[in-house]
Amino acid sequence: MADLTYNFAGIRTPNPFWLASAPPTDKEYNVVRAFEAGWGGVVWKTLGEDPPIVNVSSRYGAVNLGGQRMMGFSNIELITDRPLDVNLKEIARVKKNWPDRAVVVSLMVPCEEEPWRKILKKVEDTGADGVELNFGCPHGMSERGMGSAVGQVPEYIEMVTKWCKQHSDLPVIVKLTPNITDIRVAARAAVRGGADAVSLINTINSIVSVDLDVMAPTPIVDGKGAHAGYCGPAVKPIALNMVAEISRDPECENIPISGIGGIANWRDGAEFMALGCGTVQVCTAAMHYGFKIVDDMTTGLSNWMDAKGYQSIDDFRGLAVPNLANWNQLNMNYDIKARINQDLCIKCGLCHISCEDTSHQAITAGRVNGARHYEVVDKDCVGCNLCMLACPVDDCITMERVDKDKPYMNWNQDPRNPLASAAE
Amino acid sequence: MSDIAAARLSEAELARNFADIHPPLDARTARIDANRCYFCYDAPCMEACPTGIDIPNFIRKIATDNVRGAGLDILDENIMGGACARVCPTEVLCEGACVRTAQEGKPVPIGALQRYATDWLMASGEQPFKRAAPTGRKIAIIGAGPAGLSAAHRLALLGHECEIFEALPKSGGLNEYGIAAYKVPDDFAQKEVDFILGIGGITVHHNKKLGRDIHLADLRRNFDAVFIGSGLGAVQALGLKGEQIGGLYNAVDYIAELRQSKDKTALAIGRRVVVIGGGSTAIDIAVKSKRLGAEDVTLVYRRGPEAMSATEKEQEFAQVNGVTIKHWMRPVAIKTNGANVSGVEFEHTKVIADGGLTGTGDMVVIDADMVFKAIGQIFVPDPVCEEASRLDLHNSKIAVDETYATSIEGVFAGGDCIDGNIGLTVAAVQDGKLAAAAINEYLAKK
Repeated sequence: MADLTYNFAGIRTPNPFWLASAPPTDKEYNVVRAFEAGWGGVVWKTLGEDPPIVNVSSRYGAVNLGGQRMMGFSNIELITDRPLDVNLKEIARVKKNWPDRAVVVSLMVPCEEEPWRKILKKVEDTGADGVELNFGCPHGMSERGMGSAVGQVPEYIEMVTKWCKQHSDLPVIVKLTPNITDIRVAARAAVRGGADAVSLINTINSIVSVDLDVMAPTPIVDGKGAHAGYCGPAVKPIALNMVAEISRDPECENIPISGIGGIANWRDGAEFMALGCGTVQVCTAAMHYGFKIVDDMTTGLSNWMDAKGYQSIDDFRGLAVPNLANWNQLNMNYDIKARINQDLCIKCGLCHISCEDTSHQAITAGRVNGARHYEVVDKDCVGCNLCMLACPVDDCITMERVDKDKPYMNWNQDPRNPLASAAE
Repeated sequence: MSDIAAARLSEAELARNFADIHPPLDARTARIDANRCYFCYDAPCMEACPTGIDIPNFIRKIATDNVRGAGLDILDENIMGGACARVCPTEVLCEGACVRTAQEGKPVPIGALQRYATDWLMASGEQPFKRAAPTGRKIAIIGAGPAGLSAAHRLALLGHECEIFEALPKSGGLNEYGIAAYKVPDDFAQKEVDFILGIGGITVHHNKKLGRDIHLADLRRNFDAVFIGSGLGAVQALGLKGEQIGGLYNAVDYIAELRQSKDKTALAIGRRVVVIGGGSTAIDIAVKSKRLGAEDVTLVYRRGPEAMSATEKEQEFAQVNGVTIKHWMRPVAIKTNGANVSGVEFEHTKVIADGGLTGTGDMVVIDADMVFKAIGQIFVPDPVCEEASRLDLHNSKIAVDETYATSIEGVFAGGDCIDGNIGLTVAAVQDGKLAAAAINEYLAKK
């Protein structure tokens, strides 16, 4: 049996699946239900200064795709709308009753040293395992100079992180906003500030849909909408890339990463870990299906690790990072051609029409004994994968490597590159 | 004593038994089903549809909630798309060809989606078709069934005036008089006829039978062209003694009676029913007998299940409804009890070397209070042939060329009455549509 326990920047957790700071972690009631279901930890919904903020009615929007609900999800909620002392009391009680679970507290106060010093003291008194600095929320709070308004200014990230490290012994996780151009700049600022870890991504600025009857973006509050924070399965590719950028950046110094963004099952989690994450955080999937999904996450990860022979998270964590290269390091001599398994083909013609209309006219559509027949024209096939991706049958179209006895040659070495330097 | 009685079931039970067997899809289910469509290129389902509807395109429009667009895609090619969605044997047409069938044995429910789109359009109350400028041409159409209505609609669309002469009191042909009631409940056939006639330029004269009330020579003289879509006329005989006895029925006659009945508790049905035949009509009458309250219904066919013209799905439907299907038996004698049928004697059959059928000499009698013949209908050429001795027949049906022209100039034909037609509503509609185009060309040259 694989060992799912993990020590994340000094925070011990029985498994790497945490609930992200969000509505599911807003109260003791929810968090206890989550722990009963088996979640390894929670990041408590962001605490701020009293008086608590006030939320609007109508808060979430969604992108549905092909009959699937909530492939993308958005919200215009703010931080916790409950008094600070109520949250703190509940955090203390939860941590006392669930000592083996990770309880991290998300924080967001104005960008001044004193408010941070005061709230850190209070959090320390609860016995919580760590703090996460919410520099990410793109809506509402950012307009008050907090959230992503801080996360978008590297100097602020560094400054606030330093205050937190100075005024508290708790591990400090800096949560990063994706609403920037280069995530490494923000991550490096956190590293310079002394952060123990980073977590990402927070939500992405978005409008998930426009109601064509009301003529307003959703979610609609009395006829009007605001830009909202986007998350859910749709954002996973963006999150994976940002995580990988930090993982392979020397200036980020292998800082521990808690991955967030569209994680809905064990495989999503494993992919984030393969790119360097030690823990992952989930929100949308739990808000869609409830807390029980963690059972698949833990057993699925464990079964997969057993099958692969990985005994601990660190056995495979980051293994995909060295295989993430810059484009100019890819092998220009690598050559693959599409191969259609005629026995599996169901004659939908999508391989042909996708190639014919939009790519390289490398798949012919003909008839053999009256039956539809699709054939790859090797000389025209550039190995783009489009037909394989469009084909609805698993393993019907595969890509076969055809370059033989050719050495590795990247673009810098390629004679076709006008700026190529001579190969060694 | 033969036991034939009405009201074997309560009014409520009968109402339930003759309600829609395939309730319509709701919007959400329709979108989910539509999203299962792969939007195939050169889609196999389209090739399998006799009317050539662009199926992936209309399904995509359902998925995007462009339901009006979907409905128009269907009705542009098949004006009886609503009826066909309900009665087509889709399992051997579009859905049988669906690549999802090949992949996982579960096609996109094309028929149900077609119904969703056409129902939506008809419920909107919109008349989406606009006629071209009047041409001043008049066409006579014999028969207000699928072929005749389809031809009339297309001709009206092109600006011609049409007069339909129908032998029966109502329009719709087999959609009104023949199709199983639980496939087209709520008077759908008449609603569809109204929708078709809503285009304008079509007049229907009911109770006008060719050879009795109207004559081909007159129609040719008074109209610019004639289209014959008169269907089949009679039921084949079993060729046995005693076919005129009480309790022995033509399935199509009983079905027509059932379709027109206002009160199903008034319909008498036998306690034990035997159906002879292997097609859709045999399945329909067997299931209806059961649903009217018959205790034992046995459908007997002379060959094996694969040779039945009823599809596998139809055979299963009969079995699920409690019909016993017996194969490899042929009727040899009607057993009687006084003036009434008391059973049918069958002989077991087997295939001989040339593929033909022979009796084994092994006999069995199945007791019955009622026996239905459902061994196919034949074209009765008399009315038309008596009218015009030059009308060529082929395979005992009207011969037409590729433009649906008969051997008489200006007379066209389509639907069940022509040679080569496969006997489906959808094929009759296609005949009518193509014949209308041919007539339009003929008139342009005339």
